[in-house]
Amino acid sequence: MRIRLYFLFLVPLVSVLHFGLEAGSLHVRKGTQLDTIKEAIALAGKGDTIFVHEGTYLENQMEINKPMAIIGVNKPVIDSQGGDEIFIVKADQVLIQGLTLQNIGVSHLKDRAAIRVVEARNVIIDNNLLLNTFFGIYLQNASRCRVLNNTIRGEAYDEMNAGNAIHIWKGSQMEVINNHLSQHRDGIYFEFVDQSLIRGNTSQDNMRYGLHFMFSNYDTYEKNIFRRNGAGVAVMFSKQIRMIKNTFEENWGGSSYGILLKEISDGLMVQNTFIRNTIGVYAEGANRIKIEKNDFINNGKAMDIKGNCIDNEILSNNFIGNTFEVLTNSRSNLNHFEGNYWAQYKGYDLNKDGIGDFPHRPVNLFALITDKIPAANMLLHSFLVDALDMAERMFPEIIPEHLSDERPRIKPYTYD
Amino acid sequence: MFKIAKFIISDLIKNWIILLYAFFLLLATIGFFLLQGQGDKAILGVLNLTLMLVPMITVIFSTIYYYNMYEFMVLLMAQPLKRGSIIGSFYLGLLVSLGLAIVAGLGLPLWLMHPHWVSLVLSGVALLLSGIFIGLALLVAVWVRDKARGMGFALFLWVYFVLIFDGLVLLMMYNFSDYPIEKVVLYITFLNPVDLGRIMVLMQTEAAALMGYSGAIFQQFFSEWWGLIASLLIMLAWAFIPVAFSFRMFRDKDL
Repeated sequence: MRIRLYFLFLVPLVSVLHFGLEAGSLHVRKGTQLDTIKEAIALAGKGDTIFVHEGTYLENQMEINKPMAIIGVNKPVIDSQGGDEIFIVKADQVLIQGLTLQNIGVSHLKDRAAIRVVEARNVIIDNNLLLNTFFGIYLQNASRCRVLNNTIRGEAYDEMNAGNAIHIWKGSQMEVINNHLSQHRDGIYFEFVDQSLIRGNTSQDNMRYGLHFMFSNYDTYEKNIFRRNGAGVAVMFSKQIRMIKNTFEENWGGSSYGILLKEISDGLMVQNTFIRNTIGVYAEGANRIKIEKNDFINNGKAMDIKGNCIDNEILSNNFIGNTFEVLTNSRSNLNHFEGNYWAQYKGYDLNKDGIGDFPHRPVNLFALITDKIPAANMLLHSFLVDALDMAERMFPEIIPEHLSDERPRIKPYTYD
Repeated sequence: MFKIAKFIISDLIKNWIILLYAFFLLLATIGFFLLQGQGDKAILGVLNLTLMLVPMITVIFSTIYYYNMYEFMVLLMAQPLKRGSIIGSFYLGLLVSLGLAIVAGLGLPLWLMHPHWVSLVLSGVALLLSGIFIGLALLVAVWVRDKARGMGFALFLWVYFVLIFDGLVLLMMYNFSDYPIEKVVLYITFLNPVDLGRIMVLMQTEAAALMGYSGAIFQQFFSEWWGLIASLLIMLAWAFIPVAFSFRMFRDKDL
């Protein structure tokens, strides 16, 4: 009996000793022998865990070239002091968690990032705080990486001297989830990234785009919030993009959009909300996009669809309180509008089927005029312009006659 | 002067047209807020109504009032009074009573429904427009002795400022759209107090960003405080110049 009890104590003791000796986990702590992370990384073997304890570590340019986990205990701070990159991950299966990384200097020669992942797979970057890092997290030519729960806050003041919060260049099956990104050039930057998911992020107050998306196909982004970004969100040169339940708000100012769709095709936009943007959706060369059940509320121009957009379906959306509902630069219409609720619809519904008895033409004459002559904005809401607009809607002469919703809803939809 | 003004004010306040005017403004303002629900949209509705109605009622009412009081004025002339003080008290009386109608019908309900800077600007613009159009009406009435012609002329002024001017500007913009006309357009707005007032109010609302959309000069001028003060001064000039002219004309006129 006594022997057995002794044994029970012995087993954990031995195992701790065993792992301690074999470096299964390393503890970096100020005041101990192992007080730099760089040293720990050099000591660590494949698959080891490095625990970084509380304190400030003035280190940078740490290259990780074997699978390992670096976990911060009580948010240790790693400060580059305006210097170079902090972590350069060149191995698969790396976890970086719970750290505060800060102060990376602006460089015009090199895109310095707090965490750079180079040609790696299965890297997880979780729950870190990045402050004033030029580029935040930079993944190049990587796949199956996950960037989760990070807060990345920059101190960018102009576009020239700013980097992107999460920058992914070439990759596939990435996940960017629940991050808070602010004050960078772009919040999230995707270039050549396929089959990826962007979910639950908040991207606000960035100099340029909240989300910048190019040459990336088969991606989904949902439930994100893009707020007060210099130019909103841009989705360009991509196909098969699904945009679901995102919120685009308060992107005010000249050339600012809720979302800019350029040369994209076969996408899906469902249940998004556009509130108080200069232009809600700006589409140029967008084809076969299904825009359904979105809310367009209090925008300057809810939608600007250029003449080179073909076969888009705009169905069952709410257009409420927008100054102009739809704007286009073509006299013909190659898109399909149906069953939307238009707050500016002046018709009636005699047979009470919830659908207005005559079609609605959402294009406003004055919107077309100001599009051509910006100075004409001076006449906005003047009596003459309102009268002209009313007449034009009845007898279309300048506005595209065929751009109309044949089945306008009488009451707004409520989605949940 | 103030004695006569006081008499005219007490006469005008009991005038049922002024009461109706105030009541209608009150009803419309409250109605817009109740129907629209959202503050900014209701402000836009009230703005449109104000810019149409205030100049119209003011210009018509003032002209008619002058012609109706013509005999009374001739009677006053027989007294040892300066001509300047007679026409001055007329202007003052009209300004105070129409101004009171606006404060009661527009200013108060606006402030109660939407206590915001923009409400103050809108009320201020309405007051300024009243001052301006009373001045224009007096100018026309003093100048043209014939009642029918005077009325026609006053109405034409209203149509011109509310409708024709904008049409001409639009026409000009269409023809000169290839040129950098933004700055010119800014100066052109100074030529019409109604447009100026509209832009002053719009700049305080959401529409400001829309106006700024590639018309940066506009945005710059009207959203800065000195732009607001400059436009205020221009409005005051618009009120002052016709009044000064009508005073002068009245003084030298063979009644």
